Amino acid sequence: MSLMDNLPVLVVILPLLATPLVLLLGGFGRAWAIATVACWVTLAATAALLQRVSVEGPVSYRLGNWAPPWGIEYRIDLMGAYVLLIVVAIAALVLVFARQSVEKEITAERRVPFFAAYLLVVAGLAGITVTGDAFNLFVFLEISSLASYALISLGRDRRALTAAFQYLVMGTIGATFFIIGVGFLYMMTGTLNMMDLAERLPEVADTRMVRAAFAFIVVGLGLKLALFPLHMWMPDAYAYSPSVVSALLAATASKVAVYALLRFLFTIFGLEFALGDVPLDLLLMALGLIGILFASLVAVFQENVKRMLAYSSVAQIGYIVLGISLANTTGVTASILHLFNHALMKGALFLALGAVVYRIGSARIQDFHGLGYKMPWTMAGFVIGGLSLIGVPPTAGFISKWFLVTATLEQNLWPVAVVVLVGSILALIYVWRVVEAAYFIKPASQGIDQAGDVSEAPLSLVLPVWVLAAANIWFGIHTDLSLGIATRASAALLGGAP
Amino acid sequence: MIEIGHYNYWVAIFLMMAGFYVVIAQGNLVKKLVGLSLFQTSVFILYISMGKVADGAPPIQTPGVEIYSNPLPHVLILTAIVVGVATTAVGLALVVRIRESYGTVEEEEIHAMAQPADEKGEG
Repeated sequence: MSLMDNLPVLVVILPLLATPLVLLLGGFGRAWAIATVACWVTLAATAALLQRVSVEGPVSYRLGNWAPPWGIEYRIDLMGAYVLLIVVAIAALVLVFARQSVEKEITAERRVPFFAAYLLVVAGLAGITVTGDAFNLFVFLEISSLASYALISLGRDRRALTAAFQYLVMGTIGATFFIIGVGFLYMMTGTLNMMDLAERLPEVADTRMVRAAFAFIVVGLGLKLALFPLHMWMPDAYAYSPSVVSALLAATASKVAVYALLRFLFTIFGLEFALGDVPLDLLLMALGLIGILFASLVAVFQENVKRMLAYSSVAQIGYIVLGISLANTTGVTASILHLFNHALMKGALFLALGAVVYRIGSARIQDFHGLGYKMPWTMAGFVIGGLSLIGVPPTAGFISKWFLVTATLEQNLWPVAVVVLVGSILALIYVWRVVEAAYFIKPASQGIDQAGDVSEAPLSLVLPVWVLAAANIWFGIHTDLSLGIATRASAALLGGAP
Repeated sequence: MIEIGHYNYWVAIFLMMAGFYVVIAQGNLVKKLVGLSLFQTSVFILYISMGKVADGAPPIQTPGVEIYSNPLPHVLILTAIVVGVATTAVGLALVVRIRESYGTVEEEEIHAMAQPADEKGEG
């Protein structure tokens, strides 16, 4: 029973405690095993937590038994538990994939620290979703970011180093903006607890200080989630990092940043202030739309598939932000749903790509020639992920696009709906380029160097790809879990109910 | 509060902008990190100065003292300083490895080296 009571803190502590274990016990196999066990146990705890939140409503946990608002409170509502589930589930699946992929892509002496940093990322991201304290959120944000800078720098290409450095500079500026904003809020209200902030903010909302705090927080989080003009770090970081890291970060890190943005916009500042008094809805909509068009267009012209998927991620963030900017229940539901579905599709795509890199050592489109026949399972997984990315009906991507278009039409914003559809067509083009290379071009033309002995990737690589690909279809047909929770979470966010 | 005006904020803003400028304008990666550190430090000062309560004594319980300054921002900043140190450490470690593989820490030279390789675009 007491274990159940401590679930909120366990999901953070398990990966955190496993980190020194990985380093102390050492050895590649053992490090991998510890990390994997830790993540899967955390996943079990997360599932139990989601179940409990879904039945009982928000769970509050007093850290060190200090009563909020003085002590740090962990507060998990439906949205938090939902995002936590995405993060931990993807992290656990990617670890299954990681054993062979890491062995191939990362030099021997860096493999053990790799798993330590990996666990730190998971702990940090999990912490963001469970914490109910604004400053604590900053600390977890930095734990996960610092560890992800280290992970990105482990890429084989030396450009991974500069990409990690660029991300470090941008990420630190973002996090610093975020604490400036939190500091301003503390000055005005004298509290850091999110619930307490939400209660006290309306009294002082009409001050320049609070508006400045709002601006700092939105820009800071915008940098972290790679909102359109602040996305510059993302393509390089995803393109040059090890395959496992691209998959983990693309599927989880930006999602958690979106979660933090939703939390601040709706729970703390409240819908009326965030999207009413301040014209943020127009700004977010404009940036979301430009992001969709620009990033999708750039993605079409990429020669490196990894970089193409990274630009596609920027576009997908555009869809999510667009849903938020609509500020109605359907729009926010679409955003939360796309959060979930995008994690599934990008997880599947980046992992499939990781399996390709494992076999042929390249992510360039021209090296994909004929792969559809040599690695049928991997490429089929890639195609399903791609279909979901485009938004073809029986896949999860269709559901979130459908809701997004419905939400725009609800407000008679048909030009916006047109942009969403154009974005899907652009996605069709860039996914098609890979499919064409893999299935319709004879490998003899260019890829002679590795044409001969390429075979299907090993089972431990194909399995996670297929679990995610199957999830893309499963959640496209059985929408109860994903859609049900997204609807309830968005209703809770917009209704102002905690 | 009136006599000192808001000069503590001016100090923080000056440091912040100076740091920010260095991050943007400098091509040397180490100098960029120095700027980043300065930028973070300005926020520490912002927080610490906000803890001061007019006529408040240091927050150590003393008989006969009614008004204390607020110790909470100091504690928060203790955490933020640790984060800042860690950021600088990771940043410098990256710079060391960049220097090892590129032989320079100047952004322009690194950029010039990275560009031709893009054509081949290794995984």
